[in-house]
Amino acid sequence: MMQFSDYIFYFFSSILILASLKVITANNPVYSALSLVLAFFSAAGIWLLLHAEFLAIALVLVYVGAVMVLFLFVVMMLDINLESLKKGFWSYFPFAILIAGVFIVEIYLVVSDKFFLESQIESFGTSKSNTHSIGNILYTDYLLPFQIAAVILLVAIISAIALTMFGHKSHKAIDPKDQIKVKRNDRIRIVKMKSEKR
Amino acid sequence: MEEFLKQYLDPNFAITFSYLIKIFCIVIPVMISVAYLTYFERRVIGFMQSRIGPNRVGFFGLLQPIADALKLLFKEIILPEKSNNFLFFLAPLLSIAPALAAWAVIPFDFEMVLADINAGLLYVLAMTSIAVYGVIIAGWASNSKYAFLGSLRSAAQIVSYEIAMGFSLVGVLMCANSLNLGEIVMAQQGGISQWYCWPLFPLFIIYFISAVAETNRAPFDVAEGESEIVAGFHVEYSGMAFALFFLAEYANMILVSILAVIMFLGGWMSPFSFMSDGIFWLLAKVVFVLFFFLWFRATFPRYRYDQIMRLGWKVFIPLTLIWIVFIGAMMQTDYAEYFH
Repeated sequence: MMQFSDYIFYFFSSILILASLKVITANNPVYSALSLVLAFFSAAGIWLLLHAEFLAIALVLVYVGAVMVLFLFVVMMLDINLESLKKGFWSYFPFAILIAGVFIVEIYLVVSDKFFLESQIESFGTSKSNTHSIGNILYTDYLLPFQIAAVILLVAIISAIALTMFGHKSHKAIDPKDQIKVKRNDRIRIVKMKSEKR
Repeated sequence: MEEFLKQYLDPNFAITFSYLIKIFCIVIPVMISVAYLTYFERRVIGFMQSRIGPNRVGFFGLLQPIADALKLLFKEIILPEKSNNFLFFLAPLLSIAPALAAWAVIPFDFEMVLADINAGLLYVLAMTSIAVYGVIIAGWASNSKYAFLGSLRSAAQIVSYEIAMGFSLVGVLMCANSLNLGEIVMAQQGGISQWYCWPLFPLFIIYFISAVAETNRAPFDVAEGESEIVAGFHVEYSGMAFALFFLAEYANMILVSILAVIMFLGGWMSPFSFMSDGIFWLLAKVVFVLFFFLWFRATFPRYRYDQIMRLGWKVFIPLTLIWIVFIGAMMQTDYAEYFH
């Protein structure tokens, strides 16, 4: 006997799988990006079923609300020639199969770990607020990995800014400091003229 | 209401049905307020600019929004020949759906809320952040340069101001110790001096300005920018498809105002302890905040695009970060009570 939540699970999972397939098969890169958005949404739905509301909403907030917007931003502006991208598909195919095999083994190893047992998932519980339990775990048991991740992110931020700061300066943006300093006499010159007689 | 319905109906069906009724009780007043917000806007801006505004249809022009809605309903929806049909019609839906979905967690009065979830604040942020898809897809699917420029501007703008908005809400959740919107209001109990707009004053101002930018309202309305890119992302839309964008914009305006009231102005709490709390306080405060939106539109000239970006990234984000650290530090001192 299937419960109602099982039906919801299969509904979201089937959308997730179809959308993920569409990401790699769609001809138009904009459709690929939008399918990825749909895939994230379905994954968030599945997490909600596990009472992981914080993770689910964070997934929507970060990946759908920010990351994918920037993806779309770039994909829409690019003029991608699909024919040249599809060239040499079959010659790379064996290599792709190899990588896919490695990935499947990795995913199997992760999923068969003790953390993915059903008892572990249930113990997360509904009684306590999700945000509180995640905060507790992050700042006690996993403090060091959490800090290391934060430092890596900081380095990434600094390097991203450094990439745009140094090197050739091709943009024509005006420095606000210079704009404020401008006086009226720098920009206009009032010329008094006598009116001429007819 | 569930108990009442269970007397007559199957219990499972009664729960679903009572939720449906509650949803209608939220959506229909929201739609009516959107209609009369447009009327209010035209009258207020009219008076600010020494004009009369709409005053012909009905008593004092009060039927004007209904006349506008009817006009838009009967207009033809024009489909540009080389547009992407599917996405062209999906875009208005993608902008109205999150604008309405976010209302599910808004508490109107004590325990008067559709879904009392723990991560309510995050949910609202997530919903307002996905509203940008409607704008982006509309601009791309219309296959028009103006629309596309508008959508690119809007995408960059909304992503940047969302960060400042999120950080200013971090300050609120530090004070309230909760992500639940009802609990945030309850933490501001005890009159006007307990509202979070005092200890978090800079964050309140930054939240409000970011909210204006998030909803693409003047002076941050570069996504529409009539003087530069005609009407921006919705230049190709007409009739009901255009009306959906319009509805979404105004529903979002009311939503961010109600959020500002809940986070910083004590929600349904009365400003003075001798007066009783209630939903009318919430509504009065929301109208007060909404008035600022209209006032800004009537007063300020449009920002230049690079200045919008500079304000968001180089002024607001550092300011919010500094204030969050300041609150965190103050909570460890003897003055901690002022920040709770």
